[in-house]
Amino acid sequence: MKRYIARRLMQGAILLCMVATIVFFLGRLTGNPVDLMLPEDATPEDRTALIQTLGLDGPILDQFAIFVGKAVHGDLGMSIRMKQPAVEAFFDRLPNTLVLIPWAILLGMMLGIPLGVVAALNRGGMLDRAAGTVAVLGVAMPSFWLGVLLIFVFSVELGWLPSGRMGGPSHYVLPVITLGTFLVAGFMRITRSAMLEVMESEFVKLARIKGLSEAVVIWKHCLRNALIPVLTLWGVFVGNLITGAIVTETVFAWPGIGRLTYEAVIYRDFPLLQAVIILKSILILSINLGVDILYAYVDPRIRLA
Amino acid sequence: MTVETVLEVRDLHTHFFLRRGVVKAVDGVSFSLRRGEVLGLVGESGCGKSLTALSLMRLLPKGGARTIKGEVRLGGENILECTPAEMREIRGRRISMVLQDPQTSLNPVFTVGDQLREAIQRRKRAPRAAVMEEAVAALRRVEIAAPEQRIGQYPHQMSGGMKQRVVGAIAISGEPGVLIADEPTTALDVTIQLQYLKLLKRLQAETGMAILFITHDFGVVGRMCDRVAVMYAGRIVECGPVRQIFEAPQHPYTRALIASVPKMTGPVGRLATIEGQPPSLMDLPAGCRFASRCALVEQRCLDVYPGTVRVGEEHTADCWKAASS
Repeated sequence: MKRYIARRLMQGAILLCMVATIVFFLGRLTGNPVDLMLPEDATPEDRTALIQTLGLDGPILDQFAIFVGKAVHGDLGMSIRMKQPAVEAFFDRLPNTLVLIPWAILLGMMLGIPLGVVAALNRGGMLDRAAGTVAVLGVAMPSFWLGVLLIFVFSVELGWLPSGRMGGPSHYVLPVITLGTFLVAGFMRITRSAMLEVMESEFVKLARIKGLSEAVVIWKHCLRNALIPVLTLWGVFVGNLITGAIVTETVFAWPGIGRLTYEAVIYRDFPLLQAVIILKSILILSINLGVDILYAYVDPRIRLA
Repeated sequence: MTVETVLEVRDLHTHFFLRRGVVKAVDGVSFSLRRGEVLGLVGESGCGKSLTALSLMRLLPKGGARTIKGEVRLGGENILECTPAEMREIRGRRISMVLQDPQTSLNPVFTVGDQLREAIQRRKRAPRAAVMEEAVAALRRVEIAAPEQRIGQYPHQMSGGMKQRVVGAIAISGEPGVLIADEPTTALDVTIQLQYLKLLKRLQAETGMAILFITHDFGVVGRMCDRVAVMYAGRIVECGPVRQIFEAPQHPYTRALIASVPKMTGPVGRLATIEGQPPSLMDLPAGCRFASRCALVEQRCLDVYPGTVRVGEEHTADCWKAASS
């Protein structure tokens, strides 16, 4: 297990280097941030001066060398727009994103897993088809559309819920639904297929031979086995939520790292963009590793291998 | 004969209703099982042995299998008429089953103790410690060494033979009167096979339960069974005491099966085989189902199914050529 973790950490480090390189050069393809920062009547001298203060002069490879040199010391630079270290800006915003994620996953699992079980039990029947429709809708509805639709109905028309920004519990409802809807479908579909597979197995037959009630057979013997692939999805989803909350956070003006990413791109805030992408990658890599370790606890066969 | 009949199966029909047609996998099976005896159910793959067993448990595979006719009398009660709830009460307590493959019969995510406990708790409600004690005793009864340690282990930590013993312990923990053993040793090593058969025999002697022993191995039949029923293409074609079947098989199929068992003595030669294929269960012939492969076939064999002929006290065969007594 230790060797496995060490190997995974090595792979992660290599991946991070690649991500950092790509984001550095890709960001610079979008143009020069000073064009957005200077007032319209700025002189070319002002422009040159600003470029120099920001360290954006000199050949791009030299800039890259400076970036790498600082990055290995943990310094990812100052945000151009926010006048604050980029790493600090990221960690200031991170909790705001993290508070949304557990609720979204909880919503996804609470609806998706039972729906998946019910669909599997009624394979080919009306309930299965109904659950399938929910799944397709959940995946097909883009979050920018669903988010705006929810705001329109519940904030504008009905006036029940706030349309955006952080605040009390009522502020969470619409962003969580927007994020969770996508997950319901994923959890439902993977639970359904895992259940169908497990229900055919011999140990389920033996559980019935013992005379156990159908509820125990399905919700204990089948579901516990079916949850193993569900756990894999967990890792993917947490990753998706951290990165993919960009749209939802922007729609709901939620001050998390998704919106921070959006702002970094829009304002060509290169140091911030680099920091955000690198730190997000680190987060996703650690979550995936964490899920793999968690596997061992759900599936005792892995524990010993 | 005054021996109590614990299980009586009459004219059982279980068919698969598929889009392509009806597969008559079990098509008129009748037999009875007495207290304390081992009845062998022998036949080649696909002849309906396992489906017969699952029909008795009323655990038919999904996908169109239905028992459409017949009676399964367990202690006088036709269990085919029971409600699902009544059937759950019967399973494990009055009729139980050991499955073929020990590698897949146990749930991989629960400990052996958990799985045994569930079965024991069907019989009685007791505090956890008492049930666990009983689970340890159950493992000891199936000759598992160091049961106190084994009880907390997961199935993957055990060998195939040991798992099959655990499955056996689970199956008999409800003290059923009838145990169906569906090829319980097919997936085991030969040396382990013998141990397992001896164990089953001993447990049967201790509990007095009746065993329906499904196998395709005539050698195992000789060792285990009191009586044997030979199944072919969905029907029992011959049934009688093991000794009589071995010494004077009446049905040509039984004869051919016995001839194809390799012998340990005598000169080494090619094994006898049965030419041809069993008939399609979707399109069964009007006459004898073995006719197309039978050396003694006559016109009437092709036209009419031979009735069940009594060829001795307790010995019957479905063949026109059987010498009736």
